[in-house]
Amino acid sequence: MSLLEARRNIGDMLGAAGTGNALELRGVTRMFGALAALTDVTLSVKSGERRAVLGSNGAGKTTLFNCVTGDFLPTSGTIRLFGEDVTKFPPYERIRRGLRRTYQISLLFNGLSVLDNVYLACRGVSRGRYSLIRPRRNDALMQSAFELIEAVHLGEVAETKVAELSYGQQRQLEIALALAGAPRFILFDEPAAGLSPTERSELVQILTSLPRHIGYIIIEHDMDVALRVADSVSMMHNGRIFKEGLPSEIENDPEVQQLYLGGGHG
Amino acid sequence: MAGKARPASDVPAWLVGMPLSYWVVGIVLLFMPVLANDFVLFQILGWSFILGMIALSLMFLGGYGGMVSLAQMSIAALAGYMVAILGTSGVQAISLHWPWWLYVPVAIIVAAIFATMIGALAVRTEGIYTIMITLAIAAAFFYFTRQNYTIFNGYSGFANVVPPELFGINWRRPIPFYYLALFCAAISYLVVVYVSRSPFGLALQGVRDNPRRMAALGFNVVMHRVVAYTFASVIAAVAGILLVWQNAQISPGTAGLPAVIDILVIAIVGGLARPIGPFIGALIYVLLRTFSPDVLLTLGLPGDRFKLMIGLGFLAVVYWSPDGVLGLWDRWRTHRRKAADPLTGQGGAP
Repeated sequence: MSLLEARRNIGDMLGAAGTGNALELRGVTRMFGALAALTDVTLSVKSGERRAVLGSNGAGKTTLFNCVTGDFLPTSGTIRLFGEDVTKFPPYERIRRGLRRTYQISLLFNGLSVLDNVYLACRGVSRGRYSLIRPRRNDALMQSAFELIEAVHLGEVAETKVAELSYGQQRQLEIALALAGAPRFILFDEPAAGLSPTERSELVQILTSLPRHIGYIIIEHDMDVALRVADSVSMMHNGRIFKEGLPSEIENDPEVQQLYLGGGHG
Repeated sequence: MAGKARPASDVPAWLVGMPLSYWVVGIVLLFMPVLANDFVLFQILGWSFILGMIALSLMFLGGYGGMVSLAQMSIAALAGYMVAILGTSGVQAISLHWPWWLYVPVAIIVAAIFATMIGALAVRTEGIYTIMITLAIAAAFFYFTRQNYTIFNGYSGFANVVPPELFGINWRRPIPFYYLALFCAAISYLVVVYVSRSPFGLALQGVRDNPRRMAALGFNVVMHRVVAYTFASVIAAVAGILLVWQNAQISPGTAGLPAVIDILVIAIVGGLARPIGPFIGALIYVLLRTFSPDVLLTLGLPGDRFKLMIGLGFLAVVYWSPDGVLGLWDRWRTHRRKAADPLTGQGGAP
């Protein structure tokens, strides 16, 4: 049994045992000066649930992610992760508890190889971050780095510097970084942006084949992608969540069509 | 997991893969005492190794961590002072006459603690502010050592600080000192090269390139930077101990502002991209500093204007090659490779 499988099985058991919410936001507000990027956002996502967050540009979706990861502290409100109040935690403490995220504009280490990038991600959520001993090829973490690289179809460019990758490959690497270690909840920030139709279906395949105990929130403009990978949908507008429902309900909701699809079906 | 074992070999792979230039430099350095006189061994090469190590500690912080610290000379000097204070010196009233196996590690530890505190202060700042804070600390260290007589013996510092007579060898004689300094410099160089690919070193480069993403991967960015200061300080501390033994004295001027800036000049002139840069910079600096008075006198100029030569040299390097001599070398190699015919691979290199 490979390491990854073993970890998934344990994770599935944990996921089944945990009945609480993976993520819980209560009254989260974030001000930038006088501008409210988020206003009184209350949101709960159950363990293993997959949520799509839709909304126009400037609706506050990425600010929501930044508050959850701790890049920004909310001006008011509380954030609970797996039942624990993490409102004041620095980002790395939240990541070490199983939270992951990808970025809308790839934030990668361009001077390092694909393997080094993924290895760093694996190292970041395990012990030995300050180790002075070089990793060997057959180290457990190195092995999981290779497995992740294979999982996102980057096996052939493992030794290539990130700066030399194509845009699509960089997006795939971005996802690999978020899958490192034992993720329990992932925030995907527009993972499909700029991808070709083929790459999009590959992405959908990667997302839907994630172990069921891993929940996520996905920000996505492509309704086709978003509604195929999500169990539920939250609609954001002007820093507020104004509607939640099943993908089918949201798709046919006249208010949503008016706002989000610009009345395209009318 | 049944990883495929590599075919057993008598010679380790890294030894086989070592470029020819490494062998040549290594052999030349090992047999240098046959070729060079005592002055070259002790004053030129010995001093270059020491300054190279202090600049290497700056290169580690600057090149891999993106943090330019001007306090590395002060850290080295503190270790040197500790040797004089804890060990034996001409100042009987202060020195404690500890044995060398005790004062050497304690000197390194004290310097590392000092560096960690500097790091804790400096890492929350970026770019120019890091330089300002570390410069302020270096200046404060200089004035403190000059004014404090109870511990640092003020203006006059400590004289007659000599290395222990280990194995019956006088380590201040040129050939033993040369090998001692060469050994320390080579170990520091190899350690930095090795650590640059370790989890700690890789993560430091990650922090340099993208601190926000590193935090989102679970790294404590602030702590990682502070630990980098601690790590680099060990190299600077060893160099500081060698420096006090070489000069047999230490005084506030050892870490005065000119000396502090010289370390920056050495690191920049050599190049911050790779660990060999600081040693190249140190050799250039020492050669300029040693021989420019003669050159100036030959030209009919006052010999004490050697700083002018160093300044002009620094200006020239920064103007034509901001990434130092290393950058010059890299560009020359790329140029030579490009000059080759892409189809036949010929016509480039003579």
